[in-house]
Amino acid sequence: MSEIEATLTRVQNHKGVLGVVIVNNEGIILRSTLDDVNTKNYAELIPSLSNLAKNLVRDLDPQNDLEFLRIRSQKHEIMVAAREEFTLIVIQDPLVGFAQ
Amino acid sequence: MPPKRGNDKDKGKKKGRESLESQNQEYIPPPPPMPGDEFTMPSREVVKPDNQLKLSEADLNEEIAKMLTANNPIAAQNVVRFNMKERTFKLEPMVEQSITLYTTDGWLLFKGSDEAKRQIDTEKLQAEAKAKFQAEIDRASSERREDGVEINPPDDSRQLRNQFNFSERAIQTVNYPLRDRDTFTEPPPTANISGTCNQWGIYDEYIKDLERQRQDEALKSKGGKKGQQQQQQTNPHGGAHMATLVATKTEHIPVMECDNLKQSLKILDRMVNQNMFDEIAMDFRYWDDTSDAFRPGEGSLLPLWKFMNEKAKRRQVTSICWNPLYDDLFAVGYGSYEFLKQASGLICLYSLKNPSSPEFSFITESGVMCLDFHPEFANLLAVGCYDGTVLVYDVRVKTEEPIYKATVKTGKHSDPVWQIYWQGDESNRSLQFISTSSDGIINLWTLSKSELVPECLMKLRTVAKDLATGEVTEEAAATQGPAGGCCMDFNKMPGQDSIYLVGTEEGAIHKCSKAYSSQYLSTYLAHNLAVYSVKWNPFQQNSFLSASADWTVKLWDANEPDKHQLNFDLNGSVGDVEWSPHCASIFAAVTDDGKVHMFDLEQNKLLPICSQKVVKKAKLTKIVFNRKQPIILVGDDKGCVTSLKLSPNLRGKINQS
Repeated sequence: MSEIEATLTRVQNHKGVLGVVIVNNEGIILRSTLDDVNTKNYAELIPSLSNLAKNLVRDLDPQNDLEFLRIRSQKHEIMVAAREEFTLIVIQDPLVGFAQ
Repeated sequence: MPPKRGNDKDKGKKKGRESLESQNQEYIPPPPPMPGDEFTMPSREVVKPDNQLKLSEADLNEEIAKMLTANNPIAAQNVVRFNMKERTFKLEPMVEQSITLYTTDGWLLFKGSDEAKRQIDTEKLQAEAKAKFQAEIDRASSERREDGVEINPPDDSRQLRNQFNFSERAIQTVNYPLRDRDTFTEPPPTANISGTCNQWGIYDEYIKDLERQRQDEALKSKGGKKGQQQQQQTNPHGGAHMATLVATKTEHIPVMECDNLKQSLKILDRMVNQNMFDEIAMDFRYWDDTSDAFRPGEGSLLPLWKFMNEKAKRRQVTSICWNPLYDDLFAVGYGSYEFLKQASGLICLYSLKNPSSPEFSFITESGVMCLDFHPEFANLLAVGCYDGTVLVYDVRVKTEEPIYKATVKTGKHSDPVWQIYWQGDESNRSLQFISTSSDGIINLWTLSKSELVPECLMKLRTVAKDLATGEVTEEAAATQGPAGGCCMDFNKMPGQDSIYLVGTEEGAIHKCSKAYSSQYLSTYLAHNLAVYSVKWNPFQQNSFLSASADWTVKLWDANEPDKHQLNFDLNGSVGDVEWSPHCASIFAAVTDDGKVHMFDLEQNKLLPICSQKVVKKAKLTKIVFNRKQPIILVGDDKGCVTSLKLSPNLRGKINQS
């Protein structure tokens, strides 16, 4: 509820976070802070990869399950939380430093 | 004339031979030897027809293999059938290759086969019947001879059938000509369904089945009781409960509100933070200042995260406390030391894993002065405020309200509560904590079912040194007024749990016991200004430190109240002092000029081994060591908590990894 909204806003406003996308298990986009094109791309491509990763983890040990998937590319890092009901994607550019 | 005829024959043969040759010049059959003509070799002529294929020598010599196969040359090679599975016409690869040249039905039967057995049985029956009939005939004839009456001979029409007594008539009905009709139906509409079966899919199904079985059993056992209750009370709750028992999974929570999302978001938030503060996280875990090897007796503090909050910016950090259960969780209390600038207070619980925002935060009515986690029930947080109230929060509960609150009626303090400590669970089952305040009263609070019950442990009285006799006497409360307790510490040595120290605003430190509420055990006239912090040494008995606004930190032996053992002048009002939990000789102090001073008494009794300015333009108010990791937290009066990592020299001789 509002706690979720508060956390979501906090994550979005972190320095370096390029966008947050939430997709449900049927592929419907629930929430996104990116533009349409990018959102659609992420919403189509990421769930299939996370399914493959989940298959891998569970084939190795059926009692195990996938929690998070992190893909570090040259430009940014994509962090995916893959659950049954939804897939939560956060794209962050980790080199944008936070001046301490 | 044989020769003539032979010649004719010869000619004819020649002609025939020619024609043969014209057809097939490869094979020239030798003529049959003529009678009488065996020795003349007939001449052979090779005649090539015009349209013969001209082959080269190589081609002529080429060997062409002729194979004898068992295939049927007449069999069709392009038989096509409709395949239902693939919904297309497919070529049949294998066609029947055998030709039946001759069939005939035979009449020999294997003796052991069914048909043969049946035939043998019928033959036997026939023989029996015949024998029986014969027997009857014999009987009948013998009877006739006896009786002389004409009896009809047994009916033997069945036995004897010949053209004299038997005629067969047959009729043939019209046989309608048979015609074949067939239709083809449309192949049924098919839909492709595919799926994959993994080991984990199977495992999931088994688990679900197990759950279902368990639920069924639970329902069966509870169904009787719940049903009765429902009939008695038409309470909607009862019905709802039953409904939820039956259908636990059918309620549909919208995705945006389910717990999973909350949890995942929280962890993703931490991941984002980890990325942002990646270097700091690495430093925290792995970096050790190697230059310490070259500087014995000196150490440094590496700044790590800064914990800041919008709401906290206007407030001063008044207390920090680590959670006993979770090593990365700590509580920070915000309030104000200024008498004139009093505002509401704030409590934030931070985790080291997320330096950007607190895990929990609570707002209190007046500034928070001190807080403490219960050593066993790590969710209970006791808080003392500027207006004298004490509160107990349960951090697991999501509401902002404390679970216990002391009010005027229940005997809250009349002055700010400066220090608060939980008491360990002793024989009495209730939870207790002790608070000390400027109004001179030390209270032992007990958590009863609904409220806090205070019990006065001690009333502090001022002491003055009688100049004449040099004795320390306690003056009557009437003349001087109650002394204000500023800080407190309980002895952690086993067996001395009930002994505690209280530092006062006047600069004196009293050693008291929970058992005696009327008298101090001893008094130390320590400082000239208020004592801000007293701390027992966790390893060594009977020694403690005191820090005061008169710019000094003093080390005392509890058995010698007259003179301090060591004195450290720190050039600024000392906000807080704390012993290291790892090493008995190391302690740290923070001062108003933003510096942290660390002393190692084993190495250097006079000078600090580290004196480092960690904040710009802020006064440091509190310092705490972490039990497990070599880090310290320092709070300042701008509302910021800084974490610093101790370099190896500062961790003492016992260097834990």
